[in-house]
Amino acid sequence: MESSTSQAYTKLADVPTEELFGPGHRLCAGCGPAIAMRMMTKAFRGPTIVVNATGCVEVSSTPYPYTSWGVPWLHVLFENAAASASGIVEALNKLVDDRRAKKADVVAVGGDGGTFDIGVQAISGALERGHDLTYICYDNEAYQNTGIQRSGATPIGAHTTTSVAGSVIPGKLEPKKDMMAIAIAHKIPYAASATIADWKDYISKVRRAIEVDGPAFIHVLAPCQLGWRYDPSLTIQIARMAVQTRIFPVYEYVDGVYKINFKVPSPKPIEEYLKLQGRFRHLFQDKNKWVIDKIKENIEANWRRLVMLEEATSPRPSQP
Amino acid sequence: MASQKARMKGWRNVEIAGAITTPRNSREYKTGVWRSQTPEIDYDKCVKCLFCWIYCPEPTILRHPEKGVEIDPDYCKGCGICAQVCPVKCITMKGM
Amino acid sequence: MSQKVVGMTGDEAVAYATKQSNVDVISAYPITPQTIIVERLSEYSANGEIKAKYINVESEHSAMSGCIGASLIGARVFTATASQGLALMHEALYAASGLRCPIVMAVACRALSAPINIHGDHSDVMGSRDSGWIQIFTENPQEAYDTTLIAFKLAEKENVLTPAMVNLDGFITSHALEKVEVLDDQTVSRYLPPRKARMKLDPENPVTLGVFTLYDYYFEFKRQQAEAIKEAHKEMGEIWNGFQKISDRRYSNIRKHRLKDADVAVITMGSTSGTARYAVDELRNKGVKAGSVAVRLFRPFPAKELRQALEGVKAVAVLDRAASFGAPMAPLYSDIATMLYDVRQRPTIVDFVYGLGGRDITVDMIASAAKQALEARRKKRVIDEPVYLGVRE
Repeated sequence: MESSTSQAYTKLADVPTEELFGPGHRLCAGCGPAIAMRMMTKAFRGPTIVVNATGCVEVSSTPYPYTSWGVPWLHVLFENAAASASGIVEALNKLVDDRRAKKADVVAVGGDGGTFDIGVQAISGALERGHDLTYICYDNEAYQNTGIQRSGATPIGAHTTTSVAGSVIPGKLEPKKDMMAIAIAHKIPYAASATIADWKDYISKVRRAIEVDGPAFIHVLAPCQLGWRYDPSLTIQIARMAVQTRIFPVYEYVDGVYKINFKVPSPKPIEEYLKLQGRFRHLFQDKNKWVIDKIKENIEANWRRLVMLEEATSPRPSQP
Repeated sequence: MASQKARMKGWRNVEIAGAITTPRNSREYKTGVWRSQTPEIDYDKCVKCLFCWIYCPEPTILRHPEKGVEIDPDYCKGCGICAQVCPVKCITMKGM
Repeated sequence: MSQKVVGMTGDEAVAYATKQSNVDVISAYPITPQTIIVERLSEYSANGEIKAKYINVESEHSAMSGCIGASLIGARVFTATASQGLALMHEALYAASGLRCPIVMAVACRALSAPINIHGDHSDVMGSRDSGWIQIFTENPQEAYDTTLIAFKLAEKENVLTPAMVNLDGFITSHALEKVEVLDDQTVSRYLPPRKARMKLDPENPVTLGVFTLYDYYFEFKRQQAEAIKEAHKEMGEIWNGFQKISDRRYSNIRKHRLKDADVAVITMGSTSGTARYAVDELRNKGVKAGSVAVRLFRPFPAKELRQALEGVKAVAVLDRAASFGAPMAPLYSDIATMLYDVRQRPTIVDFVYGLGGRDITVDMIASAAKQALEARRKKRVIDEPVYLGVRE
């Protein structure tokens, strides 16, 4: 298992004990995004400013008069974390030039809602302009905060309140948007997918994204016990299973080179992942089996594509 | 309830723009009351791997110089992730 | 203190003022007829004449979002927009005022689609009159220049901390080439030294901004905003004084013209105010006791000054360059009537909606409006809906 090529911490005992997120936030018991946020803060390398889009994390971590954040934190609107962060980065650049402020890293955070859908424009602009910032999308695969409505990140077959698994239509039929591909299309220096199941891989990737000069994008899978319908204790297991079934490939894009971090030589059958979650339960009815076939098709096609990309962009050994 | 209202500030006294100037003051809000099951660590089996510490969403597992980790009952929501990720299964969730 | 006279359009004047104002960040998106502002600023940036960081955002919504982020770091921030752009950033306007960001934004007031129209009227800014922003209307490029400078000063006052719009009439003011007296760089630099913000995102003092409030706290923050914009009104006297000291130009919240013994007053905002004064002079020559008031400060609304100015006036013709469909009257009339409601001797007020989509307003039309208002007074007639001035029936 090759995780991120540069590791922030080799062992857990080295991870800083200072907490910059929580406790006391109102996120659900067993919340994946909560773990994603806490681990993210462990990757900070110095003064850091966080800009957060509207969503589960934002609402549950800052109910006035309480805040769970130990770093300067800003929330503006739902779709503009990347735009506000751009303003912060440039303002800081100017003030640091003038010696009116000290340098700080800027991290923009959004859920899949604020990233894949309503936030795409602002992210596109920020990535295209090349600001030195990091955008982290914690993906719980639906607009969970407002009550489990589907997003562009909701996977095929999933039941949500706006892609209901009914007798005629078995849940969401559109495939999950490839947000990594969208980010990479902007020719940014670094992009990486990760899950909260591997602390070392995720934290290292966040650190690397922060260290990179220019825009970096992180897509972290953060399961939601309420929306995905499973026992809260299984959050980490389910995230790990997503990797082990190849439905969520974990890879990096570094200066044009694709690198699949977890090759998953013997992928687990997708049914093992689906059966753990209530949002897929209806897929096990005979009439919906075709959806599971579609899911398998997409997993294979996506994996093949990544393998080809990895091959095509791997650095050639120099001629003697 | 009345005393709570009295403690709430009026518009002249709150910081502008809803700014919260005390970092992580959410610690005043003890989410421990949420749980219906409590984790218990069997320290005889614990190998101090720190997995429970890194995977806790709150976080409510504290690092301890001798014991390695200690569960802080103030914020534990009883999710059971610690019990699940423990490689030696030394954490049990006890119902309340 | 030295000034020089330069030929400038309203847009160019705004850009020039911004250049001199120790602005830190410009986060803007082009839209007719404000494009000259952003283009000129881009030129300044490319030639090293301005040290501000220039962010070419991908939409007006992001323009305001970038401004908010930058402002909360403690930077002095400027942007500009018009029409559709202002409408697009609508939710961000409320966020900016709620987060108490002293952003200055020039608006080349332009009609709103549909149908699409690129010419001047006030519909865009009227749509934002409840957003908690200060709004000052300018009449010509000189005022556009001066107002941009004072807007920074006013917005950043600690007891104000409210974003401000500097309104120009689209094309009419934004593109009119006139003589503008500009201050020298040092004078402006002293007038507007680099910003020092108290409330900001600073790792040495971590603050959480943009919180989630429930029904138990939201109201208090809105009350604070109401107070802050009231404070802006209180500060105006000192602001205008301070500006007069460095420029020898004396401004006030409203500009009165021959109101002292006027029977009828014409109330306008923006470039029409100049035409109105001309119309008033012509009426006076014909023996009609006319006067005019140009409302400069629109938000906060200068109710007290207007009440005083209109004392003794028997008829008022309000010229609204925006409609408010379904409302009893158009926006400016509504504010005027509200503030006149409790006066002992209420004048007859008639609302004239004019100039939508850049439709021209002439001296004759204004004179006719004044006469209509006088006539309504004499005949004790109530005109309870707007008169559309200049539309073809």
